[in-house]
This record gives sequence, structure tokens and C-alpha cells, in this order.
Amino acid sequence: MTVMTSDPLASAAPVIELTGARKTYHTGDIEFEALRGIDCRIFPGEYVAIVGPSGSGKSTLMNILGCLDVLTSGRYVLAGEDVSTLDEDALASARNRRIGFVFQQFNLLSSLSALGNVELPLIYAGVAPAERRARALAALERVGLGDRSRNHPGQLSGGQQQRVAIARALVTEPAIVLADEPTGNLDSHSTRDVLAMLDDLHAEGRTIVLITHEGDVAARASTVYNVTDGQFVGAGTEIAK
Amino acid sequence: MRPADLLSSAWRAIRSHKMRSALTMLGIVVGIASVVLTVGLGLGTQKDVSEQIAALGSDLLIVSPGSSTDESGMRGGFGSGTTLTRADADALASTVAVPDAKAVAAEKTASVSLEYGESNWTTEVTGTSTSWPEVRSRELLYGTFFTDEQADEAASVIVLGSETAQELFGSTAVVGQEVTIDTESYEVIGVLAEAGSSGDGSLDDLAVVPMTTMVEQVDSSSASESVGTIYIKAASSDLLGAASQEAESLLLNLHGIAAAEDADFTIEVQDSLLDAATSVYQRLTVLLTGIAALALLVGGIGVMNIMLVSVTERTREIGLRKALGAAPATIRNQFLIEAMILGLSGGAVGVIIGVGLALALPAALGSTIVVSGLALVVSVVVAVGIGAVFGVYPAARAARLAPIDALRDQ
Ligand SMILES: Nc1ncnc2c1ncn2[C@@H]1O[C@H](COP(=O)(O)OP(=O)(O)OP(=O)(O)O)[C@@H](O)[C@H]1O
Ligand SMILES: [Mg+2]
Repeated sequence: MTVMTSDPLASAAPVIELTGARKTYHTGDIEFEALRGIDCRIFPGEYVAIVGPSGSGKSTLMNILGCLDVLTSGRYVLAGEDVSTLDEDALASARNRRIGFVFQQFNLLSSLSALGNVELPLIYAGVAPAERRARALAALERVGLGDRSRNHPGQLSGGQQQRVAIARALVTEPAIVLADEPTGNLDSHSTRDVLAMLDDLHAEGRTIVLITHEGDVAARASTVYNVTDGQFVGAGTEIAK
Repeated sequence: MRPADLLSSAWRAIRSHKMRSALTMLGIVVGIASVVLTVGLGLGTQKDVSEQIAALGSDLLIVSPGSSTDESGMRGGFGSGTTLTRADADALASTVAVPDAKAVAAEKTASVSLEYGESNWTTEVTGTSTSWPEVRSRELLYGTFFTDEQADEAASVIVLGSETAQELFGSTAVVGQEVTIDTESYEVIGVLAEAGSSGDGSLDDLAVVPMTTMVEQVDSSSASESVGTIYIKAASSDLLGAASQEAESLLLNLHGIAAAEDADFTIEVQDSLLDAATSVYQRLTVLLTGIAALALLVGGIGVMNIMLVSVTERTREIGLRKALGAAPATIRNQFLIEAMILGLSGGAVGVIIGVGLALALPAALGSTIVVSGLALVVSVVVAVGIGAVFGVYPAARAARLAPIDALRDQ
């Protein structure tokens, strides 16, 4: 595992930079502005929590940051690249190399074993089978599931499934980990495990963006942004440690 | 994504939806099995037809006296029946002059009344050589044909057509009986097997005697050297044209004629029969090919249908794969390869079933089915092609899905 610089804020260039970000959804004739001009800079190694009421636009923002969706207007620069200039292939490659996703619904493929699921991003990166296997197994070991690599998602508890998803997010060693309510479907014990793993990843120097509506979860972050009606309320709150 | 991973990923997807994959394959299986069967039936029919034509003598050249350019069939003051001779027939039988001929038989015929006890029957008596059964594709029901010795000594022997024997004796088992022609008696040494009828009437009402017997006893009034018709059986039907040319130049030479237009004989092929049979066969082939193409089209639409269902059902999976870094082309290729694997396995199973039916059916139907290796290979290739062609649209649709819309799909 690569360990990044310990003091991320020292490096000047933000890894994520949103300027005047707007997202409008069209449902039939109805237009809905889910994001209404968000400006935000996230630096390498930051642990950012995004909180806000349901329907405020957190997931919309997350999808933009993860290059799963595009802005209606405004600019999104990811690691120095203006995302709006990238074609589908370049976007796929950016997601594969730079970003690890952790979803509330786990989003594991039920037809694949835990190992198969963790291998997926490496398959798309074109990594050879032997190396892929070794790295996927190492990632599963890291989340404490080395002995469950052959289990299919249906044969794992919710907490274990989410740990497989975290292994999948970290196996490519991405600079950014995006987690949308990763503990939303978990009990308090599993929640603690998952949050501890995110802490670990942060300690390694990775940038973490975590969406949550639980205050104590947000408290682990270094910066907390408050979203309401598609806008940031106030500046990011830095949490003193 | 590495090609091997693409393949194994497609294979896994097929295996994880066994029922659906099997149903998709079913259309292709039926299509390919019917292609194998219809092509086999077409080839089988062609084989049957060409065998029947061969039996009727499609490899047969008919040399008759007189010029075809002369409308009346007469030349000058000569009678049309006198330009071909037994010497011509002997020359044509030479393997040096006409290497592509397998056998030659000259015929001299006369209408003669046969008697047995109280009954008598008028039929066509043919004088010919020992090669006649081979040349005219005839077999004996009872007894034997005459031998070279019997031909040389103008023996009083006769071979009867089955109908003639029936009319005279009321039976066909008459070998050893005697028939009388003009007070001379002849021993029946053989009875011909039935051959049905041609345009000119029954092929079973006739009597055959050695040429020598014919000219010396049965029909001693006619010119002894002239013959009515010479039949030439080519070594194979492919060599019919070559044999015809060889025979023509030999006869022109023998008759001292320089230009082919002046020939005092005509060489015909029984090609009108061949043409008719070929056109029937060609129409049959078009029909069968049409049916097979239709079956494959239906199979292909089945593949497309199920692949579209599969894309819809697996929208979330597609979204996730895209989120994890699958490029549109990768998703497209995966669905394409899935469709092609379905085509391949459906094609393989279809070939097995088609061949099985092709082996089992002829016994039940009585028709010949020929399984050609080429047709099998082409079938499988076509099946894979159908998977690809009908998989393209669903695959392109899957590739186009926006990752977030796909992921949000419930
Ligand atoms: N595809 C879409 N089409 C139309 N409207 C949408 C779409 N996706 C989201 N919205 C709307 O945008 C708003 C923001 O949705 P979003 O999912 O970002 O909320 P959220 O903050 O993640 O809420 P929650 O905490 O409940 O997950 C909502 O009002 C939602 O109805
Ligand atoms: Mg949400």
C-alpha cells in the first residue's frame, strides 16, 4: 500500500474543485434544481463529511463528484482535469483509477463471489489474473474477510457485504473514496467497523468524501459541509481534533 | 479489459441465468436443426433424383441415323435407317477412339409375332450385343442374358420383357420354355426385371436376341449390316460431352464426312430429362433455403428479444460495472459476446439434433437426407453470426445507458 504525504493541506492543488455547480432534473415538464450553485474545494487527504436533510441534493452531489453524472452548468475539475471535456471512455477510466465508491445498498453482484466482486475494478483496469487475485485477496484480508472470499453476497451479512464493498473501493488504491451513507443499512456494530475502515483509509492519506445524516458519523471528518436545498449553508466547518 | 476476462465474464452471465439462456438458445437450436435438415433433404433429393436419372440413363448417348439438320430426317435418296452399321458400333466400342465411353450397344429392331402354344403376342424384338443390359441399365428377373459365344454362333435364344412373358405365358417364371417365331423356336434364357414406362410406351414389352440371330433368322429380310440405333454409355455423366465429341469425330471419319453439318447421323443426350429434374430440384432448394432462413430469422429475433430483456433486467449491474470503470465498448462487447456464445452453443446443439434427426428420419420417411460437413460448419458460423447481428442492438443499448440512471434503476 502506498502511503501518501501526511500533511495534505500543504500541497496547494485541490483534488476536487467545484465552481458554480448546478444540476437541473427534468421530469416531464417539471424542472427541479437539485444543485443550485455549489462552490467547493477538497484537498488531497481531506476527510469531508456532507450532511443535510433528505432531498437536499447530497446524493446528486456525490454522483457528480464520482463522474457518474454531469453538471447542467458550472465546472468540475477532478485532479486537474475539467470533467466536462472528458468523453465516456475517459470518464470510465477516471472512475476506475481515481475513485472508489461505497454505496448505501452495497451494490455487489450476486452472481460473483466476494473475491470476484473485489476483482471487478481490476478487471476493468486490465490487471493480469494472478496479480488481480493477490490484490483482491489482500484487500479482503484488510477488511477482515480473508476467510470469506469464496462466499457470494447472499451468504454474507449486511455488515460483511459492506466490508466487501469497501475492499472493492480500496483495491485500486484510488486517491478518492466516495461513500454515500455507507452505514445507512447497518447496525451500530457494523457501523463502527465501517467507519473505522474509512478512518484507516484517511490515515493512509486518501481523500474521503462521506455523506451521512448522522451527526456522530460526521464528527469523524476533518471538514463538514451542510447542504440544504441544493446549496452549501455557510462554509465548511473544520473539526478540531 | 482483457479478452479472456471478457469471455469468462460473458460465460458467467450466461450460466447465472440458465433458464433464460436455454430459452434463448432454443430458437437458434430449432433454426439450425431445421437448416441442417432442410439442406440435408435438399442434397438427399438431389442425390435421389440424379440416381434416378442415372438409372434412366442420363449418361446415355443415342446415335441415330439421319441428319438433324434435315427436317425430314432423310438424306438424299438413302433411307434414313441405313447409315449406321454394326462396324460403326464396333468402332465406337474401341477404348482408343472413344475413351470416355464405358459400353456400346447397337440395336436393330423389328416388330415380330411371338407364339407359345395357342397364344401369340406381337412385340418389338431387338437384336443387340451382350453389353445391352449395362448400356440400357436393365437387370434380369430370372435367368441370364445371352453370352458372347451364343452371340457368335447366332444361337436361338431369347430374353423376354416381363410384360411380354406375362402376355405369352401368363407368368414371368418362364426360363427354359420355348417361343416360336415364324416356325423357328427359341429358348427363353432370361426375363428382364420391370423398368416401368418411358414416353414411347412400356419398357417391359420387348424381346431381346443376339444381333447375329436377329439378322440371320428373325429379320433376315433387312440389310444385315445396318443397325437402327447405337447407344453409348459414358463412363460418367460428367464425361457425356466428351464421349459425344469423341463419338462424333470417329463416325464422321468412318463415314468420310468432312464437316459436322453434313453428318448422316445424329447424337442426342437424354438431357431434356436432366433439365426437367434439375429445375425441379432447384425450385425445391430455393423453397427449403427459404424455410431455413425463416427459421433462423425467428431464432435471431428470439436472441434479440431475450438480450433486450437481459439488458433491462441487468440495468443496475450495467450501472455498477460502469461506476467501477467499464467503458461503453467493454459493456457492449460483453453483451455481444454473450449473444455470440448463445448463438454458438445453440448452433452446436442444433447441429447435433439436426444430424440426429437426419440419421433417424430417412428410415421413417423413406427419403434420403445427406449430412454435409460443410453445411454443418456453415450452420454454426451462421448461428454465431446471428448472435452477433441480433445482439448488436441490445449491446449498443446497454453500452449507452448513463451510469447513474442505470445504478438508480430498481
Ligand atoms: N433523476 C432524478 N430526476 C428528477 N429528480 C431527481 C432525480 N434524482 C434526484 N432528484 C431530486 O433531486 C433532489 C435531491 O435528491 P438527492 O438524491 O440528491 O437527495 P439526498 O440529499 O441524497 O436525499 P437522501 O438523504 O434522502 O438520500 C430530490 O428532491 C429528488 O427528488
Ligand atoms: Mg441520497
